[in-house]
Amino acid sequence: MNLIGENLTYKPDNQFHLNNVSFDFKKGNLYTILGRTLSGKTTFLKTIAGLLNPDSGNLSFEGKDFSKIPVWERNVAMVYQQFINYPHLNVYENVIFPLKQRKLSEDKIKTDVDEALKTVGLVGFENRKIQELSGGQQQRVALARSLAKKAKILLLDEPLVNLDYKLREQLREEFKKIFSKGLSSDAILIYSTTDPQEVMELNGEVIVLDEGKVLQKGPAKEIFENPRNLKVAEISNDPPMNILKGIKSSKKLIFENISINIPTYFKNLEDQNYNFGIRASEIKLDDQGEEFEIELAEISGSETLLHLKKGDSKVIALIEEVMNFKIHEKIKIKFNENKFYAFNKEGELISSPYGDLNG
Amino acid sequence: MEKLYKFLKYTFIILWTVFIVAPFLWAVSTSFKDFQSVNSKVTYIPWLDFEPTLEGWRVLVKSPARGGVDIVEPYFNSIFVTCTASLISIILGTLAAYALSRFTFKAGFVRNNDITFFFISQRIMPPIVLSIPFFIFLSTIGLLDSLLGLVVVYIVLLMPIAVWIMVDFFNRVPKELDETALIDGCNPYQAFYKVVLPNSIPGLIVAGMFCIIFGWIDFFFAFILTFTEVQLLPVKVVALNSSITPWWSLSASALISVAPLIIVAFVVERYLSKGNLSGALK
Repeated sequence: MNLIGENLTYKPDNQFHLNNVSFDFKKGNLYTILGRTLSGKTTFLKTIAGLLNPDSGNLSFEGKDFSKIPVWERNVAMVYQQFINYPHLNVYENVIFPLKQRKLSEDKIKTDVDEALKTVGLVGFENRKIQELSGGQQQRVALARSLAKKAKILLLDEPLVNLDYKLREQLREEFKKIFSKGLSSDAILIYSTTDPQEVMELNGEVIVLDEGKVLQKGPAKEIFENPRNLKVAEISNDPPMNILKGIKSSKKLIFENISINIPTYFKNLEDQNYNFGIRASEIKLDDQGEEFEIELAEISGSETLLHLKKGDSKVIALIEEVMNFKIHEKIKIKFNENKFYAFNKEGELISSPYGDLNG
Repeated sequence: MEKLYKFLKYTFIILWTVFIVAPFLWAVSTSFKDFQSVNSKVTYIPWLDFEPTLEGWRVLVKSPARGGVDIVEPYFNSIFVTCTASLISIILGTLAAYALSRFTFKAGFVRNNDITFFFISQRIMPPIVLSIPFFIFLSTIGLLDSLLGLVVVYIVLLMPIAVWIMVDFFNRVPKELDETALIDGCNPYQAFYKVVLPNSIPGLIVAGMFCIIFGWIDFFFAFILTFTEVQLLPVKVVALNSSITPWWSLSASALISVAPLIIVAFVVERYLSKGNLSGALK
């Protein structure tokens, strides 16, 4: 009775948009697709919606072959990253559109639409024209239209990416509430995003997608704690996880003439070359630390991102306060040695601070 | 500086308005003149300079048997041919344009852009090149000197305009709009007429206006493809000019030829500014 995809491949113009993607989505769950732009997220969702036909593979829902059912009979709902509404209709007519199309009874339509508008906080806006609404409100209308449909599969394609920072934060919070209470146990919700923070907050099952390929599947916590390889570590962190090429020798971890005591969980690693990973938030300013040169300092919100350089190694440090730095200034930083990851030469995760690699 | 700019701006606007409106005023005044008032000396103001008469207008509705040049029938012929051809061109052109904008065609080396160019290329050729094929074509199918024949020819002339304008318009309507309609339970035909078409009204109006203008003002094909049975307005107006030029009835006929276009422009202008808004897609 689940939504099952088997070896879905879509490869127009000799470029993989989907590369052998398989999944088994259960009803009542939230799934997030995490990937950078052009990683195949939209293709993934469009394939489920039926707007694209995969070149090969099977897609079935509730035991039926989904590929034989045209889009308009699939009972899915989709919210795009662009704010797509029907510009010739007002807010109420927009939300009612899919219900009318299904020829439901007037009463049922009324209650469903009112409920959906209430959920997204647009009561009182029924007669507004779409063009009179702000971006955030337009996206709420699109969401209301999708919710009112009570579709069995709800697809959200980077719904927050085109909103400004403040609105994104606010709507993300609301989405979380809507999903946690408004989602029936009968529906599957699939949410795609480039933002790791959204993935962590929504806290669903995560699929990490890159170049159409599934890199890792699992709960959000697991992706965060044990990214299977360098690619996942990069995609699932913002800023991307710092990767440092170095050597592990007996009790030290050495790169760019910096030697750091190895964390206890590195004890059993062979002494050889590794790619060491450390998150930007695990690097702190410290007068006793190592000297790096500032290449760029950006302030975002209440944080400062420092792009640092030493020799061939570049790291990004996340300072949790707003500070002003001069470019090319030298500063001293300290790595939190208990948060190092080790990836082998092939880029696969060997050792992690959260242990338990195969669980 | 500001004042100078304003002064120059308004001077230019006033001059331009005079330039545009003067011929119309001239035509209006001439249409009420008689032979004497046109040919003896320059006259401007009715009742003061000359005695206005309706003779110029009367000639246009009198039957030839009573010395008139009856342009009523050509007038309605022109309206019929222009409207029918424009309507069919818009309907077929819009459908073709939607297909060209949304689907990918492949036939040998032919792609969407080639098909669009094929449509536009119909207008690139000088009309004289088309006249002989059209003549032979219409005479073969027995539609020479008939309204239907003219409608067929005008569709060939007007549809490229409709396709050209509408392809460009549809290309600017996001594909996601159609997709959302499909997801919301419309089949492709419903998606087209329930969602895409209502949002294409500005484009349709522009295309319709161009079709009507180009259909209405065509003289060349109306002249070549008709003889005695059927006549269109432009041909009839030109035919007024015989050994003596009847300036008064020429002016009158020129005015009523332009009238429909002016009316169309006024009506459409209102919809156009309203339509722009309702078509505001991101």
